[in-house]
Amino acid sequence: MAQKKFVCSVCGYVHNGDKAPEVCPVCKQSGVFTEVKEKKGLDTNSNAYTIIYAAIIVVIVAVLLALVSQVLSPRQAANKLLDTQKQILVALNQDYSTTDPAALYLSLVNDTIDVNGAPVYVANIEGETKYILKLHGAGLWGGIGGFLALDADKNTIYGINFNHESETPGLGAEIVTEKFRSQFPGKHIKNVAGEVVSVAVLKAGKLAEGQEQVDALSGATITCDGVSTMLATNLAEYAEFLNQVDNVSEANQQREATDVNEENQQREATNVSDSEQEKEE
Amino acid sequence: MAFLSQKTKEVLFGPLNINNPVVVQVLGICSALAVTVQLKPALVMGIAVTIIVAMANVIISLIRNTIPMRIRIIVQLVVVAALVTLVSEVLKAFAYDVAMQLSVYIGLIITNCILMGRLEAFAMTNKVWDSFLDGLGNGFGYAIILVMVAFVRELFGAGTLLGFRVIPESWYVANGGFYENCGMMMMPAMALIIVGGIIWAHRGLNKEVK
Repeated sequence: MAQKKFVCSVCGYVHNGDKAPEVCPVCKQSGVFTEVKEKKGLDTNSNAYTIIYAAIIVVIVAVLLALVSQVLSPRQAANKLLDTQKQILVALNQDYSTTDPAALYLSLVNDTIDVNGAPVYVANIEGETKYILKLHGAGLWGGIGGFLALDADKNTIYGINFNHESETPGLGAEIVTEKFRSQFPGKHIKNVAGEVVSVAVLKAGKLAEGQEQVDALSGATITCDGVSTMLATNLAEYAEFLNQVDNVSEANQQREATDVNEENQQREATNVSDSEQEKEE
Repeated sequence: MAFLSQKTKEVLFGPLNINNPVVVQVLGICSALAVTVQLKPALVMGIAVTIIVAMANVIISLIRNTIPMRIRIIVQLVVVAALVTLVSEVLKAFAYDVAMQLSVYIGLIITNCILMGRLEAFAMTNKVWDSFLDGLGNGFGYAIILVMVAFVRELFGAGTLLGFRVIPESWYVANGGFYENCGMMMMPAMALIIVGGIIWAHRGLNKEVK
């Protein structure tokens, strides 16, 4: 492939080949070709050049990205923390548009309890204690999450907030809207017997058995099922903590009840009616 | 006007109409389907692609004579991926809300065929300034189609534009009216049909496009 280039000094015709032709095919003059040397000394198609070039490009890009990541990570972490605080404020039905959200958060939330590795935030709003549980689950395209605020009885929902990674705009992504969230406050996550049964998200017209329910969004069935499952499984994980309101003497019974609950929860996540039959038996 | 010669004008404004990347070259269709349910993500995506395609064009044009031909596609991809990652990191640090909204779309930009297409077809063989204009032109050409599709889909699918209600609540059947949103508009298939409609109209109006 070591072709040389020759250019005709009369008409400018370029010939590619090992040696210059005797007569120019365009202007028919002889002995007018001169060899054209490549402008650069490097052959950009050689193996060595290609490998070195690739290595240099990769190193430059890697160093650049690592540097940017290092420089920006404190700011990103601060943004993430602020975002969490804002989400908790939304779950607590607080309006932070006119105040500094970080300051408002610090004035309300005064403790964090660790429950089996998951955080429970304790807030104080106008003298009343609120517990905020962190939620995480799966939607249609990616993860969904949120924060659930409960009253001091660990039963009544005070407020809720959802977030999602990549649900469909206009459909699943609508779970973050006020319209959907406002259905939750006032609902109870425990049944009459005091067992944690979560709240179902169901199509309008369908009735949940043994638990309270909210309406699902039309056109977002899988996302809403995801929300329902997320609430059920996450609350089951918190069940021990949620049952601690009862008397100490009942603690043992309570613990057994918790285990049964957890089983029920898991079944409920897949099939609500099955677990209902189980209870009746 | 020396600032924009006939050629540079063509480079900048051609992609808006006669040489549109979406309706003529049929590139970048995948993201046109994904982000056009609502107007806002479509706008943001259009702007993001415009910025990144212009920047990538400039960088590739600058180093075009040093790139080994055999790995040129890989080099282009590395430049695009690095730029997108960079933009995403900067957004996370300085505009967290925007970064959260864009989340998946940022990744989608890397796979947008328009970027690779322009880098390979234009920036590899053209000067820096022309490449920059070509990037801007193609980005805008892409954004225009996205906005048109999103406009139709959000208006008829949800009755809103940019989140603001356009079709009054009282018109809806649920409130005793006569109107119902078109659920089809929310489906990706409808975006394809709308893009098809735009291509049809565009070719009807421009006989020279084949």
